[in-house]
Amino acid sequence: MLRFLVGRLISIVLTVWAISFVAFAIIQLPPGDYLTAYMAELSAQGERVSPAELEALRRQYSLGDPFLVQYWKWISGILAHGDFGSSFEWKRPVTELIWGRLGNSILLEGLAVLVMWLVALPIGIYAAVRKYSLGDYLATVFGFLGLAVPNFLFALVLMYLTYVWFGTTLGGLFSPAFERAHWSLPRLWDFLTYAWAPIIVLATAGTAQLIRIMRANLLDELKKPYVTTARSKGLPEWKVIVKYPVRVALNPLVSTIGWLLPTLVSSSVIVSVVMNLPTAGPLLLRSLTSQDMYLAGTIIMLLGVLTVIGTLISDLILAWLDPRIRHGGAR
Amino acid sequence: MPQTPMADRPLLKIEDVEIAFSSPDEADIVAVRQVDLALSPGKTLCLVGESGCGKSVTARAVLHLNDQNAVIGRGRILFSPPGEETVDIAALKSDSLALRKIRGNQIAMIFQEPMSSLSPVHTVGDQIDEMITLHEGLKPREARERTVSLLDQVGVPGPHERANSYPFQLSGGLRQRAMIAMALACKPALLIADEPTTALDMTTQAQILDLLKELQEDYGMAMLFITHDLGVVAEIADEVAVMYLGDVVEQGDVFDVFRAPRHPYTQALMRSIPTIARKKERQRLSPIKGTVPSAKDRPEGCSFTSRCPYAFEPCAGTKPDRTPVGNHVARCHLLTEGARKAEVPA
Ligand SMILES: Nc1ncnc2c1ncn2[C@@H]1O[C@H](COP(=O)(O)OP(=O)(O)OP(=O)(O)O)[C@@H](O)[C@H]1O
Ligand code: SF4
Ligand SMILES: [Mg+2]
Repeated sequence: MLRFLVGRLISIVLTVWAISFVAFAIIQLPPGDYLTAYMAELSAQGERVSPAELEALRRQYSLGDPFLVQYWKWISGILAHGDFGSSFEWKRPVTELIWGRLGNSILLEGLAVLVMWLVALPIGIYAAVRKYSLGDYLATVFGFLGLAVPNFLFALVLMYLTYVWFGTTLGGLFSPAFERAHWSLPRLWDFLTYAWAPIIVLATAGTAQLIRIMRANLLDELKKPYVTTARSKGLPEWKVIVKYPVRVALNPLVSTIGWLLPTLVSSSVIVSVVMNLPTAGPLLLRSLTSQDMYLAGTIIMLLGVLTVIGTLISDLILAWLDPRIRHGGAR
Repeated sequence: MPQTPMADRPLLKIEDVEIAFSSPDEADIVAVRQVDLALSPGKTLCLVGESGCGKSVTARAVLHLNDQNAVIGRGRILFSPPGEETVDIAALKSDSLALRKIRGNQIAMIFQEPMSSLSPVHTVGDQIDEMITLHEGLKPREARERTVSLLDQVGVPGPHERANSYPFQLSGGLRQRAMIAMALACKPALLIADEPTTALDMTTQAQILDLLKELQEDYGMAMLFITHDLGVVAEIADEVAVMYLGDVVEQGDVFDVFRAPRHPYTQALMRSIPTIARKKERQRLSPIKGTVPSAKDRPEGCSFTSRCPYAFEPCAGTKPDRTPVGNHVARCHLLTEGARKAEVPA
């Protein structure tokens, strides 16, 4: 187990380093830089900047340096004193901008994942155990609906309906009074009164998919002889199902935890824009269009890091759940 | 019917049982049409027959372990544990408390494939402990002690450590021993073994058979043993029942049936093995020309009609009755039609 962990840690460090390099390279890929984008915006508004001024700015931000030098300055800043650079657009350190939004993202999407699992697993189990029952068909229909309706459309419908029925507008994650406050119980409550809608929206598509996966996995497991053995011992049926086939059917699901977060972040961009959520998605989108490179690079890198951590966590859970992996003796 | 006295009433009596599988878009498949069996404490009844004849379905019906679409259409499964009232298992509900108290506790079962029949994600010890805590309410530590001594008794070396192993860490033979330990954990009155040695190599197969015989003597339990292998039957059975396409065609004392089989199907089976002693030539049984028809095409009368060399007028239309022949019984019209008796090759 220790060797497994050490090996994983080494590979994590290397992966994160590779991610930082690729993230930095990707944001440099589009032609031009922040200043060209900025210039275009200014001239669209009818303003003019002299070439000399531009050159001065470029030197100030060291945008003229070769790629590797820029990368080195950025990464060494991060390693030496956690300085991820500054956002050109916001004129503030990237760290200041990011933590709150990334925190919101993780919280929101973490809750969405929780809701997803809590709703999908029981339904999936029911649908498999009562195959071809009315409940199974209903679950399938709702599942397909959940998959087919785009998130942002669902968000719009939900916003419209709450406005028509309750006269409230959904949007944002906090009321103004709590916007900048520190976390506390009242703030958490405030958050939940706002967050339920985006959580539902974000969870639907995933729930539908999870129901289908759980149902399929469990149907496979239910046919296995060890289920009959468990039944032949005299266990009550619910215990037979939950302790044996469900337990085995969960394993492949656990390995999906790792990439859940980044998928949710990228798939939630539109929802976040529609519902005006202060999460990382819209910030990333904005920074990419304005070529705000340190901000974009940092967000991309942190998403990568989160994926790596998520994968590690899911591997650990998997090793804990499945002895065949833990003992490396699978046949 | 006269009441049988306690002493010689059979432990399990399967009476005229029919088992059908329903399906939403087809006619029901009657997998088992007519089975009568009786099991006594300390005795082994072997159920033999070709693949698909309904051996497993019959055995699983005793504990309601068939798929959900299986229905026991007719008949009774009377279970009379020593000192207790007789219950008709066929009438019990699948997940009822009454049935769950019998499962594992009074009637235990072992299966063909010990690898897939044990949970891959629980230790062998946990799976055996569960049986003991479930039925006898022992504390986990006491249950584990019993588990270790059971593993020791079934010949698992290093039972302490083995109890903490997962099935994939054990050899096939050890896994089957663990299965047996689990089945015996609550000292069942009846052990059902569905081809417990078929998936094992010859040496291990012999060891497991010896172990089962030995344990049967110690525990005094009845055993319903399913196999393809007439050699195994000769080794382990007190009584034998031969099945063909859902019917028990001949049954009784194993020596009697082996020495003088009277049903044409049994006779053909016997001819298919040159000498029982030559273990190396044991094969799956498929000794007779033609193929087994599917249950859908089974004639109203004797199920063997389509392949029987002696088939005559009544065979296809009328079910033959149970007819005593010597020390056992068989179902064949040749045995009842006095005029034809001479033609049956003994
Ligand atoms: N779930 C099911 N649905 C429909 N028919 C079934 C089902 N299970 C079994 N059967 C039918 O019951 C028949 C008997 O099956 P069974 O498993 O009892 O055979 P068997 O004698 O044990 O054969 P084998 O030696 O191969 O184990 C099969 O031919 C099959 O048609
Ligand atoms: S009843 Fe007829 S078909 Fe069946 S075994 Fe006897 S002779 Fe053959
Ligand atoms: Mg079988």
